[in-house]
Amino acid sequence: MKINFILNGREIELTAPSDVRVVDLLREELELTGTKESCGSGECGSCTILVDGQSRLSCLMLAAQLQGREVTTIEGLADDAGRHPVQEAFVQAGAVQCGFCTPGMVLAAVDLLDRRPDPSRSEIREGLSGNLCRCTGYQKIVDAVEMAVHREEG
Amino acid sequence: MPDDRIPQIGVVFPRTDALTKVRGEERFAADYYGRDLVWAGVKRAGIPHARLKSLDVDQARQVPGVIAVLTHRDIPGENRQGVVRKDQPVLVDDKVRHAGDALALVLAESKSALAAALKCIMCELEPLPGVFDPEQALADGAPLVHEDNPEGNILLKAEVKTGGDESVWDECAAVIEACFETPHQEHCFLETESGWAKVEPDGKIVIVASTQAPFRDRTEVAPVLGQDPTSIRVIAPYTGGAFGGKDGITVQSLLGLAALHAQGRPVKMWWDREESFVAGTKRHPARMYYRLGAKTDGTLHAIDVRLYLDTGPYDHLGGAVMTQAVEHSGGPYRIPHARLRGWSVYTNNPIGGAFRGFGVVQVTAAMEQMMDLLAVKLGLDPVQLRLKNAVRCGDKNCVGVTLTGSAGLEECLEKMARHPYWQNRQIWIQAAGSLKRRGVGLAAVMHAMGYGTVVPDVANAQVELTLEGKIRVYSGVVDMGQGNAATNLQIAGSILGQAPGQMELVQPDTDRTLPSGSASASRCTYTFGNALIGAAQALKERILQRASDLLMAAGPDELVLVSGLVRRVTTGQDIPLAVLAKWLTDTERIAVYRFRAPVAQERPAKDEQVRLHGLPHCIFSYGAHLAMVEVDELTGAVEVQGYLAITDSGRVLNPQTYEQQIHGGIVQGLGYALSEDFRVADGRIQTSDLATYIIPTAMDVPEMLSIPVEINEPTGPFGLKGVGEVAMNGPLPAVANAVAAACGGRCFSFPLTSERVLQVMTFES
Repeated sequence: MKINFILNGREIELTAPSDVRVVDLLREELELTGTKESCGSGECGSCTILVDGQSRLSCLMLAAQLQGREVTTIEGLADDAGRHPVQEAFVQAGAVQCGFCTPGMVLAAVDLLDRRPDPSRSEIREGLSGNLCRCTGYQKIVDAVEMAVHREEG
Repeated sequence: MPDDRIPQIGVVFPRTDALTKVRGEERFAADYYGRDLVWAGVKRAGIPHARLKSLDVDQARQVPGVIAVLTHRDIPGENRQGVVRKDQPVLVDDKVRHAGDALALVLAESKSALAAALKCIMCELEPLPGVFDPEQALADGAPLVHEDNPEGNILLKAEVKTGGDESVWDECAAVIEACFETPHQEHCFLETESGWAKVEPDGKIVIVASTQAPFRDRTEVAPVLGQDPTSIRVIAPYTGGAFGGKDGITVQSLLGLAALHAQGRPVKMWWDREESFVAGTKRHPARMYYRLGAKTDGTLHAIDVRLYLDTGPYDHLGGAVMTQAVEHSGGPYRIPHARLRGWSVYTNNPIGGAFRGFGVVQVTAAMEQMMDLLAVKLGLDPVQLRLKNAVRCGDKNCVGVTLTGSAGLEECLEKMARHPYWQNRQIWIQAAGSLKRRGVGLAAVMHAMGYGTVVPDVANAQVELTLEGKIRVYSGVVDMGQGNAATNLQIAGSILGQAPGQMELVQPDTDRTLPSGSASASRCTYTFGNALIGAAQALKERILQRASDLLMAAGPDELVLVSGLVRRVTTGQDIPLAVLAKWLTDTERIAVYRFRAPVAQERPAKDEQVRLHGLPHCIFSYGAHLAMVEVDELTGAVEVQGYLAITDSGRVLNPQTYEQQIHGGIVQGLGYALSEDFRVADGRIQTSDLATYIIPTAMDVPEMLSIPVEINEPTGPFGLKGVGEVAMNGPLPAVANAVAAACGGRCFSFPLTSERVLQVMTFES
């Protein structure tokens, strides 16, 4: 079927089987491999994308569900100068180790801060609890989200 | 955002790889696709022990979109692989030895064609009685996993004996006996096993793999494919986590075989989560019998240990893991009389392999609980008991090896004793709410660094001044997420005076970088860092000497390297490195340096095989861990509310990456202690996804406090020792000791699920 949607700020139209998973569409057809897959069953959050600004698991979505939506993947998060406060905070706070959970984690954090601009540490932990990380122990990720809040304020 | 500051040692240096990873630009092995991609996948056995009678792949070959279906008959070389003992078939030819064994390899145009074909493969398997317990596997008449193994189901046994005979036990005032059981642990790296391969027009087989050991992979894949190792190129991008689970062959041989049948097209294999659980390696389950004797004042006198490690059907690194467990089984203590024995045993369970901690996690779990049991029996303070026996530089450890490296356990324990978490513990414990019980527990840890005595722990570093005037660092050791690639830039940058923007990094690649061993054994920055210092200093000398000659300076002392140029400080003249590079020959622009880690000279084990498998080591990192837990009286649920790790891993090069290793190790250890309840029933995994095998989320872990005790290790790069594994050893015993203190009783099987803790509480009351 023909699908129209906005991807990282650009309108696109493509033809795809309606039942192809969004994660496969992004990675294999659109070459946006920043969206990762780790469990394929909605348990880990690695494939998180933003759909109309809200975090969604692209391994549980089918291409047809993108019709008319606005999609942001990790590649489209930064501004034209290549900057985004959450991404910069992840780098500065040491929140990145192997980096495979990072794109999903960053987008989950962006969604969290959109809903709750000044979260407590426990609210950050709760907000990111759908995204698994096996390297960091999460503490520096929580630090990064706090840092991003203060950067945005600053 | 690249940092334009020249990196310094001991100062936070934000990881250069974080930038590309946070933007989704970094290309992991799983991210390789390409035009005309062929998908490859494997038919798994599904039953744990069976004789292969026949394989019918005709129907699978007829599935539209299928390119080839391959069986063991299509393997051009040897159908056995393994790091030490080559006992694992690439594709089963005689027997299935565990449920994850691979029977057939399919190449297809699409994932859907691949899935359809895999379902059509018909296997005639004659089930055999299996063996699923390491002690039962040693019994007479137990089913044999490998009929050709002269030792039956024993892969390797090890024994170390020091001091006197059985009579030393009569000299003990207190003797504690206990048996502990620890479970499988699944690595759960987020990037499951993956790779990509292609035969180049010149015949070279290129394999991009998520691996910890590209050079060793090449020597394993080559005989399988009947090729010379130099006809294979293995490229190792950053891994999406590994933790030991990619230290050895996963997809590499299968991909190489597939590439030979793909007519020059690229082939991709990417195990899904369930396949990763079923076919990947795990931490060895262990049953550990301990007897520990001490004098009235707590001085340890004698220890007797028997360890049974279940290695599953294949060696992988099971012999080395068991040997390392034996070496650490007496903990970081002086114990004059020791009998330490271990068995690495074949079963039909999932494959045991390397996992951060490498046998030390299991024995520390046992030994540190023994120390608390002893403290209770003798009425001694648990910190003081450990301090009294803690090894110091110059002491002999439990296998009788003299510790010549730095040893900071005393400093760690003394800091622990003074820390408010320990000092104020009674106030915190008494503040527990209704229906809650609180406890504080400790553990002392040690962890060996490097390969041990026989296998050369060697790294070869290469640094180049490019014609563009950049410093190019050739990383010999894979960065599996721990940050050693960025540390390499930090080391080279600090010596050569270059900011990250003036440097380039070449990731491990058998055609471009030099062999430097695996990313494992807490050795990456220690061994490679030492080699890199040598190479960077050699290049620095060459650059400054040539610049000095060009500028007609009195000598290199007049010159300094700063980002992008050489400056003659006496005159203020600058020469850009891009200009200077043209005044050096191609050979001069490249400096290489080899480093081999020091080895212990003692021979505590009589058996040469045990020495070959790594025992003994001579340099160790140390630590003291503290866990604060609250137990729910109604459910048995354990919540860790505070955690402190004080670590001696030598000097800290980058406080940020150092802390990353401590935090990560603690949380993997907390999962192992509390929630990661890996279940196997008759060789079949019952927890094969992330919904049933529960790793910690951000909500399940406490805020952690990490304090480094920075004692200089004279042999280390800038005084460093390895920090990759040491933190993994503390959480299970620290939490178990805290839970025991809270509940008044102890579990001896792990993890500490609510059910187990509730049972102990019920029994005690």
